[in-house]
Amino acid sequence: MSMLALEDVHTHYGKIEALHGVSVEVNRGEIVSLIGANGAGKTTLLMTVCGSPQATSGRVILEGRDITREPTASIMRSGIAIVPEGRRIFSGLTVEENLHMGGFFNTKAEIRKSQAYVYELFPRLKEREHQRAGTMSGGEQQMLAIGRALMSKPSMIILDEPSLGLAPLVIKQIFEIIGQLRDEGMTVFLVEQNAHQALGLADRGYVLETGRIRLHDTGANLLANPDVQNAYLGG
Amino acid sequence: MATQNLRHALFCAVVTLVISYPILGLNLEAWGTNVVLTGANTTTVISVLLAAVAVFLFQLFRDRIMGTLGKLPPISPFANREPMPQAKWERLKSAFLTLLIIAGLIWPFVASRGAVDLSTLVLIYIMLALGLNVVVGLAGLLDLGYVAFYAVGAYTFALLSQYFGVSFWLALPIGALLAATFGFLLGFPVLRLRGDYLAIVTLGFGEIIRILLNNWTQLTGGPNGIGGIPDPTLFGMEFGRRVREEGNTSFHETFGIAYSSEHKVIFLYLIALVLAVITALVIRRLMRMPVGRAWEALREDEIAARSLGLSRTAVKLSAFTIGAFFAGFAGTVFASKQGFISPESFVFLESAIILAIVVLGGMGSQIGVILAAIAVTILPELAREFSEYRMLIFGAAMVLMMVWRPQGLMPMRRTHIELKKQE
Ligand SMILES: Nc1ncnc2c1ncn2[C@@H]1O[C@H](COP(=O)(O)OP(=O)(O)OP(=O)(O)O)[C@@H](O)[C@H]1O
Ligand SMILES: [Mg+2]
Repeated sequence: MSMLALEDVHTHYGKIEALHGVSVEVNRGEIVSLIGANGAGKTTLLMTVCGSPQATSGRVILEGRDITREPTASIMRSGIAIVPEGRRIFSGLTVEENLHMGGFFNTKAEIRKSQAYVYELFPRLKEREHQRAGTMSGGEQQMLAIGRALMSKPSMIILDEPSLGLAPLVIKQIFEIIGQLRDEGMTVFLVEQNAHQALGLADRGYVLETGRIRLHDTGANLLANPDVQNAYLGG
Repeated sequence: MATQNLRHALFCAVVTLVISYPILGLNLEAWGTNVVLTGANTTTVISVLLAAVAVFLFQLFRDRIMGTLGKLPPISPFANREPMPQAKWERLKSAFLTLLIIAGLIWPFVASRGAVDLSTLVLIYIMLALGLNVVVGLAGLLDLGYVAFYAVGAYTFALLSQYFGVSFWLALPIGALLAATFGFLLGFPVLRLRGDYLAIVTLGFGEIIRILLNNWTQLTGGPNGIGGIPDPTLFGMEFGRRVREEGNTSFHETFGIAYSSEHKVIFLYLIALVLAVITALVIRRLMRMPVGRAWEALREDEIAARSLGLSRTAVKLSAFTIGAFFAGFAGTVFASKQGFISPESFVFLESAIILAIVVLGGMGSQIGVILAAIAVTILPELAREFSEYRMLIFGAAMVLMMVWRPQGLMPMRRTHIELKKQE
């Protein structure tokens, strides 16, 4: 059974239609990458899953449940977590406080466990535990954003351009962690501009162009696809 | 480095001169029917100059002086937090608050009647500022119409007592709940608004309430206000010379002491003190509860907060409602203290002053807000002799404060949840 499915989803901003009937499926335990140019509608697609904005037509199904008309707050409490575009950490709070916010609806015992898990995943965060998050480097902030999302013990994590503005070495590190999460059984839905790495890591991939899915295949096949190479991999 | 210090010191000295000379030196004097401006006398000039020199020297050798004191303040106060373990800080804070309360309890029996009366006003402002602190300092929602809820509390008591003879003690919860209802209702239209837009809508709301009170003459008496608002009673004992209401007794007769108008002033002060303490404790408690952390998350980043599953609606409405509730509290006490209220007391300036208290206090920190409320209410009173310059001094103090200590008197320290160490 699929973890997440979008069926012919249309999404509008006011009168403008940003998604023109998109269907995407993410199966349990796989990494699915969505690539596309600026303004293709990748963020819109992810936000539609989160219910902000809601799809104007079509259906969003999470673990067999129709969440198309559910309020954001309730969607985000049903085993799904997002690392939003631009990280959006709480910059005035310390690293630890950020993590605790991530586990807002969990008990203290659960928070303690997830916190230890996150620190194990990102030892750097442990070193910076009491630093104000806003004063950390971009890479550290991205690690924190991922760590915060993991605090609620989600079964699926959605990442919106985690490599944005990071140095190659840090990107590599972050993608390694994403792979590791999948190996531990997590379902990952990854949006990226960084097509090469995103498709290399993905089990399957989608190419979004101006609000429509153009291509859909395994990660390896998409990497080998000449159209994809021309458009997204710099020839 | 040295030249930079010199320039900075010169600048500070000039600022000192520019600000203090007109305030201390220039005098407006009535000369027959005219008002003339007289210059400063020699002593004032000398002291102003001395002050400027002192500022200059201090700023010039600032690093060395502060260095020998061993506490050169960091450039950014937030850069290195955690100078003190949380538990210790908490204990210190509790001790300080307890001392403050004890001092507050002794105060009316040693201070003059006027001072006690002024202190009651300070306590009312503390309640207001603590309430607004929830909205602005904790939830980060800029509310410029907070005075509206204060007015709702005050008018609820005034009207209920006028039309139904309701007593203070019954009006107190009703006023607070009604104000909270208004806060809740205002919350809906502004749910999607942020920053400047929110500020403007709340500003409008404050004005609507005031104009309504001003124009609904049949009910509220319009600009003439409502008088004869009763004092609170103590277990059915009244504090007036004669008993106003059937069935009540009078305080001085019950205890067989001579009548003194001071009893009432002290009693009102004590009520305000108890209510202010309750306000502080309740809000302190809320800050540690999930709702407090949710306010904080919303203030820090709305999108992130929502992505964590927090409901924007619930978080914003709770902040508005709780903030308004305590304004209603304060309003009831105010109406009782004054005995007369009119829309005059609920103008925009009032909102601005309460907001100034919150900002000066350090946005979110309770002790800071309490200190700022004391300073902002008492300073203008102390500066009465400067008459016209009162507001100027107030403004200058505010500007200086924001330049030198933008984080406020006592910036908030968050209380993070304590996870017990694993055995
Ligand atoms: N809040 C909004 N209001 C109106 N239009 C919007 C809004 N957000 C996005 N759009 C429009 O929707 C389209 C898709 O935007 P979206 O942010 O989803 O693109 P994206 O693929 O995430 O791009 P990028 O890679 O630059 O992040 C764009 O044309 C954009 O202008
Ligand atoms: Mg995007």
